[in-house]
Amino acid sequence: MIQALAFYLFAAVTLGSGVMVISSRNPVHSVMFLILSFFSSAALFVLLGAEFLAMILVVVYVGAVAVLFLFVVMMLNINADMMKRQFAAYLPIGLMIGVVLAVELTFIATIWLTSPGAADVAGAMTPAMTDVTNTEALGRLIYTKYIYLFQASGLILLVAMIGAIVLTHRQRPGVRKQSVPDQFLRDPKDVVEVKKVEVRSGA
Amino acid sequence: MLEIGLAHYMTVAAILFTLGIFGIFLNRKNVIIILMSVELMLLAVNINFVAFSVHLNDMVGQVFTMFVLTVAAAEAAIGLAILVVYFRNRGSIAVDDINAMKG
Repeated sequence: MIQALAFYLFAAVTLGSGVMVISSRNPVHSVMFLILSFFSSAALFVLLGAEFLAMILVVVYVGAVAVLFLFVVMMLNINADMMKRQFAAYLPIGLMIGVVLAVELTFIATIWLTSPGAADVAGAMTPAMTDVTNTEALGRLIYTKYIYLFQASGLILLVAMIGAIVLTHRQRPGVRKQSVPDQFLRDPKDVVEVKKVEVRSGA
Repeated sequence: MLEIGLAHYMTVAAILFTLGIFGIFLNRKNVIIILMSVELMLLAVNINFVAFSVHLNDMVGQVFTMFVLTVAAAEAAIGLAILVVYFRNRGSIAVDDINAMKG
């Protein structure tokens, strides 16, 4: 009973904030609703019993991705008239595709039957919650059987980091920076001049 | 109605995915909202993965969700970096203005 109520509450908040993400006029509000949507789907994950993923969702999405979005939205300084919406122009086709897709997906969701043999082909059975926690069960998998995929995902993040830095890095003209090699390569012969000063004429 | 099963989670994920697609079509003036819509779609996929993982008692679905999360984070970072560079060059992030590579 409590579980059902919690499910409906969090599902409604997730979907409602999803609607606000795409229909909000201000991009900053969109990001805020995106955060709310991620929070409530993390709650849905907790209801499903996937606590570790729920926490990862909060940490990665709310902590990193949403803040990145917020940062870019505020940095880009999009003026208001540029944001003038053209809802009417794209509403019919968007609505058509959206409704068709929603109906199809809901059909799949409501008449889904699991094959009786599906449980036998499971890649890794979930251990009983009383034995190990969800986090430990995940750790036992990703550090053994899926270690190469885990390393590869780390590599993906590294490539993304380097890519983002390379893309956004720029050399501004007129900025004076310290260059250690240039300093070391400076030769006293080029820059120091010894002048002969006449006696009693220097002052 | 009070028994929450796989179908409930799949319906939520389906509606969320549709919202993402809808957002892509609706927001032609702001690529940032389109990127957010993509994030919503990936979230819907993740909900499906976890729901099936719990339903089939198979842990691999949750492992795969972690990889989807990783790729989504990388995608957001690269996408926003491209967006920043684009805005620096063109001063606009409307979809209609992105036609520099039109033949």
